[in-house]
Amino acid sequence: MTKAENIILIGGSAGSYSLIISMLESIPVNISSAVIVVIHRNAKYSTQMEKSLSLKLKRPIVPAEDKVMIENNTIYFAAPGYHLLIEPDRTFSLDISDPVNFSRPSIDVIFESAAEVYTNRCTAFLLSGANNDGAYGIKRVEYFGGTSIIQDPLDAIIDTMPSSAITTSSKAKVLKNKEIINYFCSIK
Amino acid sequence: MAKLNDPVHITFEDLEDVVYLLKKVADYDLSGYSKSSLKRRVQRLMDMERMDLVDLKNAILNVEGFFGYFIQEITVNVTEMFRDPLFYHELKNVVFPYLQTYPQLRIWSAGCATGEEAYSLSILLQEENLLGRSFIYGTDISQQAVNTAKKGVYTMAKIKSYTENYNRVGLNSKFSDHYTAMYDAAIINNEYRNSVLFSNHNLVSDNVFNEFQLICCRNVLIYFDRELQRRVLNVFYESLSLFGFLCLGTKESLYSQEINANFKVINKSLNIYQKIR
Ligand SMILES: C[S@@+](CC[C@H](N)C(=O)[O-])C[C@H]1O[C@@H](n2cnc3c(N)ncnc32)[C@H](O)[C@@H]1O
Repeated sequence: MTKAENIILIGGSAGSYSLIISMLESIPVNISSAVIVVIHRNAKYSTQMEKSLSLKLKRPIVPAEDKVMIENNTIYFAAPGYHLLIEPDRTFSLDISDPVNFSRPSIDVIFESAAEVYTNRCTAFLLSGANNDGAYGIKRVEYFGGTSIIQDPLDAIIDTMPSSAITTSSKAKVLKNKEIINYFCSIK
Repeated sequence: MAKLNDPVHITFEDLEDVVYLLKKVADYDLSGYSKSSLKRRVQRLMDMERMDLVDLKNAILNVEGFFGYFIQEITVNVTEMFRDPLFYHELKNVVFPYLQTYPQLRIWSAGCATGEEAYSLSILLQEENLLGRSFIYGTDISQQAVNTAKKGVYTMAKIKSYTENYNRVGLNSKFSDHYTAMYDAAIINNEYRNSVLFSNHNLVSDNVFNEFQLICCRNVLIYFDRELQRRVLNVFYESLSLFGFLCLGTKESLYSQEINANFKVINKSLNIYQKIR
């Protein structure tokens, strides 16, 4: 068990699910990063998604649990119904305060929190979705020296979320789905 | 000076300063709180009040009553009646049969926010004919939340979403049997309001104040670091009678080995435990 050196964030909403699966499938067996996935979904449904994905990817998909250390080579999912934050000592922290952009977990909340702790070792991907969550988070990632990547709205099933982030971002790379997958194939 | 357009973002070091100041001037110790969420709350308060760090420190030191307002705003009082219906279902079917054996029941809703959890417990007890011999204590650090809890009045919009939760618990009566609607709000029935005592209690610094057969502390420990969690879990252990029950939030657990050893797991995913030694 070693603390993650780098953090890769994936924020997605409506229309992002199958792309996220392809991204996760492309990740090499051993990486010195942690991957954190935040998908908007209804808190009333249980966490079947993690279980079926674990089987499919043949590697553990771990729910991000309160006050647990963030480890290398691990894929975490944010729990529905709670905001996910990162403590300065690089453990997770959950929060049940009001939704942000009608969302809990909110992409803005985890992006900002991770960006501040991991600074230039933070890379954030913002994908398809029907609201504006993530735009502010992308700006905060850039402010703290991290890398911001937004799905090309032309490739997004619902382009509201990526388009809105592109308007407010100062330096995000806009990538096609194929390029995003290539990125995940080459994660160290 | 407060800048209107460009909000000042505080750092973790700034947060430490504020926590230190509060400890010195108000004797309130927030040093065991989760830093990331505490910082978000302090930032939110500063944005709302259009304060920068200097303004904030100044207000803590010099503005009368600011401190109570500060606690009110940095705590997260978001709650629901019958939040996690499955939990209440399990409580009724698995925990209450044990409780039947006690002639008197004392129940503690710790970190009760605006009272919804305490009233839910009270309604559940009534459904199982246990309310007559029960008394519920609802406590919170926020005086404002405690005041709202005492009133037992909730907006109809909230009642509507609480009804959805209630209907998923699997009880015989209708949720509307338990409150009286008045235009756009509803008041929880007298029998429930008379069965709960709400008061101010700080889990960081206050100690055991009674002996309980059931303690619910849900969605409070996530705001604390491991060390403070351990302290609070210890207070709960000492406050429980032997074979009493401890219920935590769905994302909280009795992770600490030493405390864990004194409990039996009743339901792992719903985090229900029974004190066995
Ligand atoms: C998210 S609410 C939980 C409400 C309810 N238990 C539930 O699960 O719906 C958390 C509550 O913990 C309270 N709290 C925070 N710090 C506390 C402390 N040191 N002592 C007592 N209560 C505290 C807050 O004021 C807030 O009302």
